[in-house]
Amino acid sequence: MGLIRYIGKKAVIYLATFFVAVTLNWAIPRFMPGNPIGILLSRFATLPESAEVMYSYFTQAFGLDKPLYEQYINFWRALLNGDLGVSIYLYPQKVRDIVLEALPYDIVLIVPAVIVSWIVGNWLGALASTNRRLDNILMPIFYFLTASPYFWMAIVLAWVFTVTIPIFPPSGAYSPGISPSLSLSFIVDFLKHWILPFLSLLLVMLGGWAIGMRNMIIYELESNYSRYMEALGAPNRLILRYAFRNAMLPQITGLALQIGLAVAGAITTEIVFSYPGLGYLMLQAIQNQDYFLMQGAFLVIVIMVLISNFVIDIVYAIVDPRVRYTYTGETG
Amino acid sequence: MMLDRIMERHRETLILLRRNRKIKAGASILAVILAIAVIGPYTTEYGPLEYTGAIGEPPSSRHPLGTNTFGYDLYSQVVYGLRSSILIGLLGGILATAIGVLIGFISGYFGGIIDELLMMLTNIFLVIPTLALLIIIAAYIEHRGILIESVIIGLTSWPWTARAVRANTLSLRNREFVYLARMSGMPTRSIILREIAPNMLSYIIMVFILQFGGAILYAVGLDFIGLGPTKGISLGVILQQAVLWNAVQLGMWWWAIPPGLLIALLLTSLYVINTGLDEVLNPRLRRQG
Repeated sequence: MGLIRYIGKKAVIYLATFFVAVTLNWAIPRFMPGNPIGILLSRFATLPESAEVMYSYFTQAFGLDKPLYEQYINFWRALLNGDLGVSIYLYPQKVRDIVLEALPYDIVLIVPAVIVSWIVGNWLGALASTNRRLDNILMPIFYFLTASPYFWMAIVLAWVFTVTIPIFPPSGAYSPGISPSLSLSFIVDFLKHWILPFLSLLLVMLGGWAIGMRNMIIYELESNYSRYMEALGAPNRLILRYAFRNAMLPQITGLALQIGLAVAGAITTEIVFSYPGLGYLMLQAIQNQDYFLMQGAFLVIVIMVLISNFVIDIVYAIVDPRVRYTYTGETG
Repeated sequence: MMLDRIMERHRETLILLRRNRKIKAGASILAVILAIAVIGPYTTEYGPLEYTGAIGEPPSSRHPLGTNTFGYDLYSQVVYGLRSSILIGLLGGILATAIGVLIGFISGYFGGIIDELLMMLTNIFLVIPTLALLIIIAAYIEHRGILIESVIIGLTSWPWTARAVRANTLSLRNREFVYLARMSGMPTRSIILREIAPNMLSYIIMVFILQFGGAILYAVGLDFIGLGPTKGISLGVILQQAVLWNAVQLGMWWWAIPPGLLIALLLTSLYVINTGLDEVLNPRLRRQG
């Protein structure tokens, strides 16, 4: 039963986070000086079929003539109806549709990058922790990787692989002449566009995982249980295996924090490659002062991060039995 | 006076600090980069936004980092940009550290319901992706300067610090010397100032180094999306323009590569210094041999 209580408690925290994020999303444009939303609404009024737009709950949530609490309730009502307003940049498309169309591109970029960097980074970090010479060579590289801004890594890769040795296309998710299908030619084309943004995320994240793993293992090897095993004459490989398994746990918790950073990295990386995910969409929204679109993108990003955090928490509870025991009560 | 006492208490630590290879290497790189930021602007005859007549030229003796499509001298842009990026990092880093330390300390030291509420708040803001939140805030600010940019970065990037400082405070609070001070009837204020603060100082310095680097990265990211300072130059703004005007595709690597390299080197030096400090102050991480 411990697992269910644990998941329940986590769910409460994430629901609270969702509530705060939505409230911020409502409050920030509302209380900023200069009334940008008012200007946006007046731009809508000049467009054809604007009556429909003005009638939407979402638009009403920004209507300045209503009391604040009513605006706030309207905002939630719109949200629960899946109404995120109408885009002005891609008028008359609904923000919800635009955002949901962009979301898969983020997922195919971020999820593999996080998983592969986690596996390879932890492996390299473990390798560095056991081999002194390798440690001295690899650590400066890891530090440099983790210190690089994601989009700069993207620029470097673009320079090397689309200009110096032009083997990959510089922008987009697939070639303009080709239409998405499950054919081999499309998949190859898609992967060719995907590889550089993916590598940008992978390389930067890899450094962080490797450093974390290397430090954790050294830390574990100095701990009492390792020394005790050493005193008992246990083989080095066995001690190392225990250290590795214990060092893994903080790395799983680290995943949760990494998701938020990976999303930030993806936003800027997509801009370098004009990759049509939420980051590129946000740039378009900012450049065109399409505030509804920008806020819709923000909300979807937050929901995505919350869900992945929740999944990681559940994985963590399954991997580390101590978590479950803690939640079964004091005697557990 | 307090500094003297700390120095005395940690004489051995200071010797170790000076001997640590990571700290030496990191501090040397950092010193060079800081020197470029301070002295650099005096070593160039061009302003960062001054038309030089040379358009899109590769590096030469006249223009050490070449010029861009608008005829701006990139060496000037980089040295001025570095200066403002570091300034944003310092201001944002100080603010984020201050908020994080305050919340974390109050939470850890006083515990109870205050702790629960503050940690709830911290955990909530820890999950919301900082850059996305920064974008939403910055997009609604019409005139953005360096000060506003660093303030919004400071206000959004404190959560991990609060959590780390809380844990640190909790462990300090339960040490023998703090118990002793409390038993001897020392007032809370003195316990915090005389017993806990000096022991936390080294930790706070390490936190600040990371926040300084983090603020630079967030600022560069914001600038890159086009939400940086509305006037003036920064390393992120140079990179934003480079991508916007297809510098890489046009073969002008000198426009897009050096500014980012400088950021990466600056951040590397900070991380390496931090690891060195960690090794000295946390002996379990020190490697034998």
